[in-house]
Amino acid sequence: MRETPQIRLLPDGRRLHLQDGPIDIILEAFGRVAEVEAAYLAAAQRFVTVLDELCEELTFLRQPTAPDSPPPRGVIAQRMLAAVLPYSRSNFITPMAAVAGAVAEEILGTMTSAANLAKAYVNDGGDIALHLSPGEHFVIGMVEQPRRPSLFGTMKLDSAQSVRGIATSGWRGRSFSLGIADAVTVLADHAAQADAAATIIANAVDLPGHPNIDRERACDIAPDNDLGPRFVTRNVGELTNPEISCALGAGTEVAGSLIASGLIRAAALHLRGDTRILGVQSSLPTIAVTAQTRSSVNA
Amino acid sequence: MPDDDAIRCDACPVLCYIKPGRAGACDRYANHDGQLVRLDPHVVLDRALSRGETVVPFLDRARDWDGNLVSGQETFITAIGAGTTYPDYKPAPFIISSEVEGVDMVTVVTEGIFSYCGVKLKIDTDRHLGDEQKIVRAEGEPVGHVTTSEYGSQMLSLGGVRHLTGGSRREGTVTCDTLLNLCNGKAVELTIDEGATVLVKANKPCVVDGVLEERMRVGCGSATIGMFAKQWFGKVDDVVVVDDHITGVLSEHQAGKLLGIPETGIKMKGRRSTPGRYFQVAEPGTAWGGTNITDPLSILSDFNPKFAWPGLRLLMVSTTGEHYAYFELDENLRPLEKNLPDPLNESVTRIKENCEPALCTVLFMGGAGGSLRAGVTENPVKLTRSVKDALTRVTCGGAPVYIWPGGGITFMVDVSRLPENAFGYVPTPALVAPIEFTLKLSDYSALGGYVDHVRPLNSIVGDEGRRHVSARPENPWPLQRGGPSRSQS
Repeated sequence: MRETPQIRLLPDGRRLHLQDGPIDIILEAFGRVAEVEAAYLAAAQRFVTVLDELCEELTFLRQPTAPDSPPPRGVIAQRMLAAVLPYSRSNFITPMAAVAGAVAEEILGTMTSAANLAKAYVNDGGDIALHLSPGEHFVIGMVEQPRRPSLFGTMKLDSAQSVRGIATSGWRGRSFSLGIADAVTVLADHAAQADAAATIIANAVDLPGHPNIDRERACDIAPDNDLGPRFVTRNVGELTNPEISCALGAGTEVAGSLIASGLIRAAALHLRGDTRILGVQSSLPTIAVTAQTRSSVNA
Repeated sequence: MPDDDAIRCDACPVLCYIKPGRAGACDRYANHDGQLVRLDPHVVLDRALSRGETVVPFLDRARDWDGNLVSGQETFITAIGAGTTYPDYKPAPFIISSEVEGVDMVTVVTEGIFSYCGVKLKIDTDRHLGDEQKIVRAEGEPVGHVTTSEYGSQMLSLGGVRHLTGGSRREGTVTCDTLLNLCNGKAVELTIDEGATVLVKANKPCVVDGVLEERMRVGCGSATIGMFAKQWFGKVDDVVVVDDHITGVLSEHQAGKLLGIPETGIKMKGRRSTPGRYFQVAEPGTAWGGTNITDPLSILSDFNPKFAWPGLRLLMVSTTGEHYAYFELDENLRPLEKNLPDPLNESVTRIKENCEPALCTVLFMGGAGGSLRAGVTENPVKLTRSVKDALTRVTCGGAPVYIWPGGGITFMVDVSRLPENAFGYVPTPALVAPIEFTLKLSDYSALGGYVDHVRPLNSIVGDEGRRHVSARPENPWPLQRGGPSRSQS
């Protein structure tokens, strides 16, 4: 029994919730009421076919990408492939690494084509596409564990910066990870780019062969997962501080090279309460990782 | 590619193959013993189900159940699962009306985020786990401390805002994990500074330094002498009940004197309190009677030859009967260990039998803060007063709570009385616990409640994603008048 896509306004009356199978999106547009309504209508109309389009090419999208992989048919699938191609020469990656960001971009693009918005965000399970017209900004909250929404830091993104995509990846998240990062958050010009890069960097934060890390073959957990027989992280036990530094160092090296090549703008890597932030000085002057936000919940 | 035991989910075109015990890519559907079931349910307590199967997991099967499901009195909406949903939105708390014995009642259902919270662990053991005030650690991080011990039990106080948010991030995360696991009935290993390592789990015996604790002591050493003096009379000349608190000696004890038991010349180490009662015969530990001794003779000095005689029979036993040894004095008045004679074996067995099972029990304790109360009424202090006046009944996942007197709504609940996995967390870090406020509709209106948000019970029960679980027979029914009130005491 195929469930129909769910489209509804959240109880606050401002945000739109779109859900279909594994796609779970919260979006919000800002601007004149009529424009916001037009954007929401367009988003909803576009959304209802997204999952079916992707599933038509699912077999291809789950295959490892090679530099000469042929282009898929769907526009979202093409964006996914484009986002992962830069990594295909030297890394294992499939277009699925960018699916959430690519979907977010597609919905955002539909909204901004249909309406004149001051700003908007489309948050697809933590992978976020942003629209900012001149003079606008967003304050972005960061979470350490993608499944558990609570802020440990905030950052301000304004229209003068080129960043329009944010993505987070880590073994605690909904998708499997080859690495042990609790969370890697990436800022890039586009959401699909950020999504793919977060996956690559999170995979690099690792301590291969460490006895306290439980790994399982992805296919033993989910038979049709795109990671197949690769070992994915299931649990991370106790790590010493030098080990944490070593794992973060490996990820930092990858993140640094991606920033240097212009694929991403900034990255924040988290492991066991230790955080490395790269690329912030140049593009993001206002980033705050505060301890105070932690105690604000039940004040 | 698919395994034999994987099932194919057809809820969406991804058509995941899902292995038993796993969820699909959406985390919404899972393979439960070969059946495709929906997850993320909101738990609904069901009284009717108490009489049948214990758990009806998911909505489709719940619909097949008898019509009793929607009759108001029989169903109680708990707050478990009411609050958070992936990824970042929360439905408004449910405010449910139902008619109970002709009176319109309202239950306000919400999941509270508690950063001011913790658990109190009562570990039934005489073994010395650690000195008062010592730090209790999990995975090396401080998560609590040893607090004042109670009769036959060691007490630990874990969590609290200082460990959750006042220390390092890892300290907070480990504390939160520890509390969550204990509250959800999972086993947790704790290490006490300069003390023992204990494996604890709600409503199960604890394991101290690898040894399973089976029973609580029958009484202190002195009390044990009093309880068993008559049974020992005539079968043995003297008995020492070894106890870290008060070690008892039959021949010197009031109970022995009353029976006319003669002096035996026994000489105890330690500090004499009153006749036949000794403090500090050894150091605290995890061996005999909560002391550190493994050789019972180490707490005796030489017998006084003025009173002792060759052949004198001496029983030494711990307060749980777990450790015992039988001696007879030789020509030089030295104790020689011998097999325990049958009649004495009986008394040792009786000590064992009179010990209650040693359990570790877990009480969750938390304070409902301003924002939580504001979700119930626009005038939060009125809710507090209404709870204090016993007009509003507070339950936690349908289980009765004890409300601490004084300001605020600070409550304690026995976690074993909640449905499974009732607790959650946010990485603040803080615990998420269900809390329900039940009161008369008229009272709710009077305290400024959100009367226009009240929904009838049957509008909720038929909804998707509700998990019906049976009410626990030992809990008072939350909607019953005269049910759980402001205290259980």
